[in-house]
Amino acid sequence: MIVQLTADEAAFRDEVRAFLDQALTPALRLAGHRTSGIFTEYPANNQWHQALATRGWSVPHWPVAHGGTGWTPMQHWLFASECAAADAPRIAPMGPGMVGPVIIAFGTPEQQQRWLPGIRAGTDYWCQGYSEPGSGSDLASLQCKAVLDGDHYVLNGTKIWTTHAHHANRMFCLVRTTRAPKPQQGISFLCFDMDLPGISVRPIPSVSGDHELNQVFFDDVRVPASGLIGKPDDGWTVAKYLLQHERGGAWAPYLRSRWRRLQRALDQAFDGARRGCAEHHDLRLKLADAHVRIESLQALELATLRARQRGVDDPAAPSIGKLLGTELKQRLTELHVQIAGPAATLRVPMEDAAAHALALAEDPLFAMSSYLNDRAASIYAGTNEVQRNLVAAQLLR
Amino acid sequence: MTDLDDTEQALVESLRRWLADHVDTATQARADLPPAPPVWRALADDLGLLGAGLPEAAGGLGGGLRAQLLVLQTLGEALAAEPYRSAALVGGAALQAGASPLLQGLVQGDVLPAWAHTEPGARGLDDPLSTTLQPQGAGWRLHGRKSAVVAAAQATHVIVTATLQGQPVVLCVDAAAPGITRRDVRTLDGGGAQELQFDDTPLPADARLGGADLLQRLQDLAVLGLCAESLGVTQRLLDDTREHLRTRSQFGVPLASQQVLQHRLADMHIARLQAQALTAAVAAGVDAATADERALAVSSAKVAAGRACRVVGQGAVQLHGAMGVTEEAAVGRWFRRATQIEALCGSSAQHLRRIDALLNLDR
Repeated sequence: MIVQLTADEAAFRDEVRAFLDQALTPALRLAGHRTSGIFTEYPANNQWHQALATRGWSVPHWPVAHGGTGWTPMQHWLFASECAAADAPRIAPMGPGMVGPVIIAFGTPEQQQRWLPGIRAGTDYWCQGYSEPGSGSDLASLQCKAVLDGDHYVLNGTKIWTTHAHHANRMFCLVRTTRAPKPQQGISFLCFDMDLPGISVRPIPSVSGDHELNQVFFDDVRVPASGLIGKPDDGWTVAKYLLQHERGGAWAPYLRSRWRRLQRALDQAFDGARRGCAEHHDLRLKLADAHVRIESLQALELATLRARQRGVDDPAAPSIGKLLGTELKQRLTELHVQIAGPAATLRVPMEDAAAHALALAEDPLFAMSSYLNDRAASIYAGTNEVQRNLVAAQLLR
Repeated sequence: MTDLDDTEQALVESLRRWLADHVDTATQARADLPPAPPVWRALADDLGLLGAGLPEAAGGLGGGLRAQLLVLQTLGEALAAEPYRSAALVGGAALQAGASPLLQGLVQGDVLPAWAHTEPGARGLDDPLSTTLQPQGAGWRLHGRKSAVVAAAQATHVIVTATLQGQPVVLCVDAAAPGITRRDVRTLDGGGAQELQFDDTPLPADARLGGADLLQRLQDLAVLGLCAESLGVTQRLLDDTREHLRTRSQFGVPLASQQVLQHRLADMHIARLQAQALTAAVAAGVDAATADERALAVSSAKVAAGRACRVVGQGAVQLHGAMGVTEEAAVGRWFRRATQIEALCGSSAQHLRRIDALLNLDR
């Protein structure tokens, strides 16, 4: 799209570029480039987070008083675009994007003092305890129980689909503190350390072969009551606020960078005698179609940002953003597999692809891994069916 | 179009009110073609909108492209966008480019310049022109055939595209010039058009308004105007469908309570939102764009608008049930226009090919 930058915006973009040139080491870029799952590998994620923190850019969306940057929507958009174009690792959102804003909105000054600095600096790594084996889309039916005993809650039950629980040192968690007539009542929002006695983590391998997901078990875990965020039994209010944050944000800059990668992959797959053949032609038209979809999403995201700045908030906007962003990403990963062809059906770790006298291309391996991992995109953070329910509810109010 | 300021909001509201009182789409499709486009005179006299986007020096309001697209979107809600798109938007831009003294007449409603670009067999985008212009004395003579020229029967002038020694030219032809044969036809949306044959039609020296650059710009404007109109068409389709789901009951419950219908409605809404955001963003950027950037952006908007026309149009008919395929329910008429829009000014497939070519210019 034709995006007109003011002189200030152009200067900001150059400042971001200069920072990325200097701070993004080849190893970090490679880790970002190989991110075929939801998050970048834990060590690179943390290293990059800390580099951003040194520059003051690790939590740009937070209020300035808590370490945010106070950028305009256009600056956020430029920053996201430049990071994506430079293959920067994708910062895991559980701390900066999810529990951070919750602690800012609902936490006591003491809680903010205790947790926000670690999130900002990237010294703490959080995981999210929401879903349970019996409570997926119907989150309010959750059963994991916390009983107050003196100044501790005693936790029993289990959480599932807990991304990177095996790396996290802290967890935020929805627990049932009271049995109430409505399932949304009696839920509380608890934060605690992952090294408490009685917590165990079971890996759940993904269809891609990656280990991102886990099930977490709680066996009489004594959690300090000072970890309660907001009022007891009022966790649903907190959870809803968090979901708005989880589904917010801009997808288009990231999708545009992925689109360029597909264009490069297509050039490589169809060079020499294959250039211009019928299949090449078909795939080019599919890329052109994806271009239109990214442009549309970008225009919508920028319009939503501008409206929000004016105080006009479409309650359906987070759901629409999640639907479009995830389904477009899935479309791109599917197209990437088509571009890669049969070479995508090998199962070789990406870092081993070239490490042999008979070298293999890495990109087809990335394509398949992304495709498999990305089937989760329309399931996590509220399935896309639930999002369509929410959009329709707004339309049919 | 979104983010309307107060002036724009007032413009839309007054036009919407006037249209509600004066436009009856239920009868216009079957009635004889009126001697003048029903909305044209009022747009000049009552609403003052023919010059909404034209410079104040010519008597216009100076609102630029955005104002014209807002008018078109609102006309689209009432199925009344033609000939505003072809005559005021494209014809107006042609007259403006040629610094024609007729521009003031257009603002006042006395000049109606029909846009005659399409030829028989044309596909809508990047078509070769077989209409030719040749020097004759101090002026020119024009030879060739134009097809489906909207509002040509009511036009005072015809903006004709042709080639002069192989190069494209844009011309302004007096509708009363000799050597023009006409055939009246109706269009799918109930409007009127003409087939035109020029047989050595003599033109004065100042008939030439511009060349290849102008032709490209006018075509892009025509597409963008169509996108804006489509937003009004799909808005009405969505509004009617929403109302139908709320009020119609089957199996003892409102249709609105059925999840499968809810999800289809959500997808219709989202398709339209994207087309709307992209059309507005493209319109805001075209003046500062190079010709290639403009073409890429405009084609993208057309593909998004075409998709919205199909998703919303087909969905609206389906969710209305059998009523949706009748002449009696409004949804059928708006669906016809939505279908027409996707086929005009280049199909989605053609625009995707243009996008592909523009994305690969340096490869």
